[in-house]
Amino acid sequence: MNRFEQSFKLLNEYNGKAFVPYMMAGDGGLECLVERLVLLEKFGAAAIEVGVPFSDPVADGPTIQSAGIRALKNKTTLKGIITELAKAREVVTIPIIMMTYLNPIYAYGIDAFAQDIQTVGVDGCIIPDLPLEEEDIIAPQLADAQVELIRLVTPASPLERITEIAGRGKGFLYAVTVKGITGTRNLFDNDLNEFLKAVKKLSPIPVLAGFGISNEEQIKELTKNCDGVVVGSKIVELFDRNNLHEMEKLMAVFKQGVKIV
Amino acid sequence: MITYTLPNEKGHFGIFGGRLVPETLMKAVLELEQAYDNAKKDASFQAEIDRLLKEYVGRETPLYFAENLSRHAGGANIYLKREDLNHTGAHKINNAIGQALLAVRMGKKKIVAETGAGQHGVATATVCALLNLECIIFMGEEDIKRQALNVFRMELLGAKVVSVTSGSATLKDAVNEALRYWVANVDDTHYLLGSVMGPHPFPTMVRDFQSVIGKETKEQFKLRNSSLPDAVVACIGGGSNAMGIFYPFIEDEEVSLYGIEAAGQGVDTEYHAASLTKGKPGVLHGALMYLLQNDDGQIQEAHSISAGLDYPGVGPEHSHLKEVGRAKYFSITDEEALEAFQLLSKLEGIIPALESAHAIAFAVKLASEMKESQNIVVCLSGRGDKDVETVKARLKGGEGK
Ligand SMILES: Cc1ncc(COP(=O)(O)O)c(C=O)c1O
Repeated sequence: MNRFEQSFKLLNEYNGKAFVPYMMAGDGGLECLVERLVLLEKFGAAAIEVGVPFSDPVADGPTIQSAGIRALKNKTTLKGIITELAKAREVVTIPIIMMTYLNPIYAYGIDAFAQDIQTVGVDGCIIPDLPLEEEDIIAPQLADAQVELIRLVTPASPLERITEIAGRGKGFLYAVTVKGITGTRNLFDNDLNEFLKAVKKLSPIPVLAGFGISNEEQIKELTKNCDGVVVGSKIVELFDRNNLHEMEKLMAVFKQGVKIV
Repeated sequence: MITYTLPNEKGHFGIFGGRLVPETLMKAVLELEQAYDNAKKDASFQAEIDRLLKEYVGRETPLYFAENLSRHAGGANIYLKREDLNHTGAHKINNAIGQALLAVRMGKKKIVAETGAGQHGVATATVCALLNLECIIFMGEEDIKRQALNVFRMELLGAKVVSVTSGSATLKDAVNEALRYWVANVDDTHYLLGSVMGPHPFPTMVRDFQSVIGKETKEQFKLRNSSLPDAVVACIGGGSNAMGIFYPFIEDEEVSLYGIEAAGQGVDTEYHAASLTKGKPGVLHGALMYLLQNDDGQIQEAHSISAGLDYPGVGPEHSHLKEVGRAKYFSITDEEALEAFQLLSKLEGIIPALESAHAIAFAVKLASEMKESQNIVVCLSGRGDKDVETVKARLKGGEGK
């Protein structure tokens, strides 16, 4: 059983729902990456997305863009992140997923990247600028390394396409909840619920909703129709403001019988 | 004669190109490809483009034998393809007309575009005024300061100019913002990309719309000399005027193709825009192409006296043509371009755009190494009115020579 299956099996105490936080590696300094990952696991993360900063993040809104710029100012590199993740793996038990645009991987070397992240125990990889049509550039290498490629579907994806994308995946399917970039909201709840219902029906693997999710009410509403959420901009913002209490409270949303005030 | 059929059905030119965009954009990109394929087969679409190019833009543009410049160079004959005589003063409008008509065909009401110096922005705003389309132009904060007059032009034409403050606040960031805007507004908006870059089908579509330059050149040259030129020279920002003039000659192997990048203060300094000369393949703005980047895959800023060449990448088809050796790529410094700018003004009474001055500077060198019986065509991509102030500041400010 890989870490994804394990982690999603243990969700009973969370009403069966997964909370997956996203954080930007190197924001606040790369030296605090391990510490933050440990904290997120302690707060109840089912898995963690570790963002790799990129100079031109076209899928991201202002919050994650700024975090990336801060991380780059701190001289964060993909190599440095992978080194830190090796240390993290010794103390973090849940799946670690790297979220990175394609170019840093391309510059690192695709074969070397797949091998190195396997070696350090990374479980999955999300590449926001890699659609189905272009997967051959890296999917075979990731498959050989047994690193899951986590794929995205969006409200703009036609149903046949969602079926095709969902069918290829393991780990989980990432359902983008906006027509737009991270940190934004522009769909009516009703349309969103219909979208999530449709995706859930078509997907053989767990479906997590993400992009622009920032509060408990949204999370509760969305998870009526899916298996969990990815929360990015909000977590990045709370780390930046060092508001760990609010983070703990938000991440306890699925915990049964726990109330953090 | 070779045969050339690229790109393949996925929009790949060898390893380059493709559709490396977020899933949210895939539907729009696939729809655009479909719409463009259909439009190409529709004679009335091409007829409408041809009509506007003739009556509105003023095509065909002359192929002019620059006798004084040729004598000065002392070697091959230099011809100029006068794209500077187009309405709005550059080749950019050839593409803007094609894409805007396609957008209308697709039922889109709104056009979004990026601009660096403002030339593509002005061409886009012009065509939007003509076709009654809402127009939003993203422009880096830095470029807005440097090109205040073009900002005002776009506003006069009815466009909304949005200042981009993210990243380095220049052209590449304007492309990022335009892409982000498109992601959020795909239903009613067409992204009118200004060069042979971005995800498929943009590099192919922009090339096709610009290839009117090469088609006319070939016919005009044949009519005059009953032969083909020995060399074709064009400057390279993203690469659209160059692809436009190269494409109809690609299969004619005996015609040498030269793309000229901006060497800024020199390719061995940090201040240049020579992506093919000094960059490495990588992924930006939806395509695999040559990019200026550091070892960690972070995109670097480009620098050139000419804002239109100030982009850290070069379109996928040029990346491929370099790889297979069908075209050769060289670079010209700010200083050399400034000299060519003055040279062409004085010798021929033609003030070229600073972008085009890069091609002129190279052509003069090349001509001097060729025989008097040989012929070079230079794509004079734009006129220099927009650059007069920049050049004045450089020359009178004591920085230039
Ligand atoms: C006159 C002129 N020439 C050349 C260029 C460079 O673009 P491209 O390489 O796409 O032709 C520009 C861009 O603004 C331009 O204005």
